[in-house]
Amino acid sequence: MSNPLVDMQKPDVIFCIGTNMTECHPVAATGLKKAIARGAKLIVADPRRIGLADLSHLYLPLRVGSDTALLLGMAHVIAREGLVDEEFIKHRTTGYDDFFEHIGRWTPEWAETITGVPAKDIETAAIWYGIADKGAIYYTLGITEHICGVENVQSLCNLALMTGHVGREGTGINPMRGQNNIQGAGDSGALPNNYPGFQSVTDPENQQKFKVAYGKEIDLEKGITKVTALELCGDSIHAMLIDGENTLISDPDREHCEHALRSLEHLVVIDIFLTETAELADVVLPAAAWGETDGVCTNTERRVQRMRAAVQPIGQARPDWWIISEIAKRLDFNGFDYDSPKPIFNELCSLSPIYAGLDWDRIDIGVTDEFNNQWPVPNRDHPGTPRLHEGTFVNGKGIFSNVHYRDPAETISEDFPVWLTTGRRLQSYHTRTQTGRAEGIDYFLPEESLEVNPADLEKWKLTDGEWCRMHSARGSIHIKVKATNRSPRGTVFASFSFGDVPVNLLTGSGYDPVTHTAELKVCPVKLEPL
Amino acid sequence: MRNVDKIQGVHKMQIDGTEVTFSDGETILEVAQRHQKDIPTLCYDPRLEPFGGCRLCIVELEGARNPVASCTTQATSDMVIRTSTDSIEAYRRTLLDMVISENREVDVHPLRGYVSNELASLRDKYEIYSSNINGTTSGRSKADDNPFILRDYDLCISCYRCVRVCAEQEGDHAINVMNRGFHTQITTEFDGLLKDSACTFCGQCIQTCPTGALADKKALRAADTVPETQIDKTRTVCPYCGVGCSVDILTHDEKIIGIHPAMDGPANQGALCVKGQFAYDFVQHPDRLKVPLVRGDDGKLHETSWDDALDTAAAGFQNVHAKHGKYSVYGIASGRAPSEAAYLMQKFIRAGFGTNYIDNCSRA
Ligand code: SF4
Ligand code: SF4
Ligand code: FES
Repeated sequence: MSNPLVDMQKPDVIFCIGTNMTECHPVAATGLKKAIARGAKLIVADPRRIGLADLSHLYLPLRVGSDTALLLGMAHVIAREGLVDEEFIKHRTTGYDDFFEHIGRWTPEWAETITGVPAKDIETAAIWYGIADKGAIYYTLGITEHICGVENVQSLCNLALMTGHVGREGTGINPMRGQNNIQGAGDSGALPNNYPGFQSVTDPENQQKFKVAYGKEIDLEKGITKVTALELCGDSIHAMLIDGENTLISDPDREHCEHALRSLEHLVVIDIFLTETAELADVVLPAAAWGETDGVCTNTERRVQRMRAAVQPIGQARPDWWIISEIAKRLDFNGFDYDSPKPIFNELCSLSPIYAGLDWDRIDIGVTDEFNNQWPVPNRDHPGTPRLHEGTFVNGKGIFSNVHYRDPAETISEDFPVWLTTGRRLQSYHTRTQTGRAEGIDYFLPEESLEVNPADLEKWKLTDGEWCRMHSARGSIHIKVKATNRSPRGTVFASFSFGDVPVNLLTGSGYDPVTHTAELKVCPVKLEPL
Repeated sequence: MRNVDKIQGVHKMQIDGTEVTFSDGETILEVAQRHQKDIPTLCYDPRLEPFGGCRLCIVELEGARNPVASCTTQATSDMVIRTSTDSIEAYRRTLLDMVISENREVDVHPLRGYVSNELASLRDKYEIYSSNINGTTSGRSKADDNPFILRDYDLCISCYRCVRVCAEQEGDHAINVMNRGFHTQITTEFDGLLKDSACTFCGQCIQTCPTGALADKKALRAADTVPETQIDKTRTVCPYCGVGCSVDILTHDEKIIGIHPAMDGPANQGALCVKGQFAYDFVQHPDRLKVPLVRGDDGKLHETSWDDALDTAAAGFQNVHAKHGKYSVYGIASGRAPSEAAYLMQKFIRAGFGTNYIDNCSRA
């Protein structure tokens, strides 16, 4: 997130797109509710009439996968109505003239034909956001889990750059991260293109730095993404070390994924449960869980915080860092002699410019009057960075991107006439290895169901509360039907949290060519009664 | 949160004979608390708008005919305040006596909630152990089969902290007040079950209740076996989403028995959601992996020693590397393990094999 979570209470206009925040990030959503109570206006764009839509002043029910079209239409209106921040554009950005030219043809009327959202609502949204003193954008996987995830994000950046809604309190472009340390995993360099601290692996200077630090010649070439690696399993990838991820359930196209992992010669999984993925492994190593292990994690607002052990690990479970080091030592790799997580974190800080002013003891103390634990913290005297892009952007000027709308990888057809979109639910989390084992949660969420608009039931011969069969080009599953107005006509919704209703058998029609994020949000399906 | 946008103006006033400074917008209570004055409160929660319901926080204000509630009265220049005169203390004692007399019990297990002992501590402070007042309990407990929130309104003192935290902090308005006076009752819309209301089971009402009338049912499962004074707290971050709420894990004898939100958590300021508040028991679930497993010749996973498992793990990487080269090994780091794990995963691949064949699980 460019802005801190407390900023959520401060915008005049909030634009939420592709985020089911009340269910996925409930505590963050309370910040927005406070802003609304204060008089802020909320615009929600989402194919489903989610809880957040009930709170909104303007709801834009766009067709799944049409975000770029909506955002182009909004950019058009902001430019046409002269709501741009000329000072900001002049001093902080480049490429606006070309962009202005580019969006001339993408009228809200055109956007209506793609998104199904009335042109006048697109205009209202654009005008509200454009006029606002403080306009803030919030998004999650509804924006990125598409083949056009990059274009979607670029389109949001365009809006913020045109209007200067960035680098100030209550503004910004704010992706909400899904797992408690997914930000930290990226910060720590678990990425094929970046060393720790988002230092590019293709920069010879960085390569030199890590060669010295690790005593090993490292490729000057990006690695492949997880998605590509799974595709190459059995061809060129033959061994994998997977730490705590239930790949099989969370990834699209489960059959492909299972096949990929099975074709490995060697699979080692570190996890706290024998997940569906761990069951395929040659070696399963029991990790210490949350509450059993000390370490550092980074939240969605770049806040670096301590996690602490409250109890001994169960059975013979050991912390992840210990397990990885022990394997490394047995392979005679250098530099894995650690006796605790502290020197590991300090080593990370010493190699990462954004953590350079941090160390274990400082994180242990946490926030003080002089110090905010939000990166970048480039040196010991730095006070921390609650807000990014104040005054300047990291890479100089903000660049406008002349994006084009593209159809999803698969669109509805005679064979598969219904849009399926997927997501998460409040009481369960990801693949439920954790919430599924917390007593009481079942009271709220006993089983998965397929949310169907009541008006569509008859057309597809379905009955509320009865089972149906749902097919995609990749497979079929059985799922119970639930009639609800949250789903628009022609679109159905299910979450991918339940192993016994493996929705990800169906999804997986494509990937964003740049980020390789899977198109989990869109999948054409066919429904029939059982 | 209040007090965020306070204008910087500094003024002076007098509290208990000492001159103190304050800034615009502060209440008498806030100024007094900053100067270590121990004014009793019951309906006050610093995160909420001042309410002024219980009158326990009254102080003497020179020039005013009656004492004023310090939690709702703004400090102004040259005020002269006395926080603890005989008559104020006598008044507070009577008030407390009345409140206590209305309740079935005052001593409740601290596992009920974060401040469930607030009333009991005040009772101890004012030493109100026998009473002449014969009170009528103001609420009646509500049977509710939900697994998380006990609604024991026999202990309700009508401070409305739950209603206000729900409206102001959670933004949900799931609960409200029905009737007034002795018949006051906290209830949901249509007086039904919480699950049929707008309630998200965030637990914040539990954690602000000063008597334990709203209580953590799940934590209370341990009440019979855990002595009240033997609960340890460990500050950490919630294991679920990326908001990174700060929590305290409650433990006793190596067992996790509950969660408290951290009121000073930088990302959450005391707020949690249903997962962070109640979904902690996966950690000590019987399904946890406790022993390393290695696949045997029979194709099945078998329990083994750490040494054997680590040797097998390492040997497998060595073989594949020798046979297919460095581009045949791939690592996927976790978004849930601490950063040290992700850091070592990438170091394992980069320092070990010299490639960038590493990713994390954010792409799905
Ligand atoms: S649990 Fe949360 S939503 Fe439910 S009544 Fe209490 S404060 Fe309101
Ligand atoms: S308590 Fe809820 S909102 Fe807070 S970090 Fe945990 S899952 Fe996220
Ligand atoms: S604390 Fe001030 S009136 Fe209750």
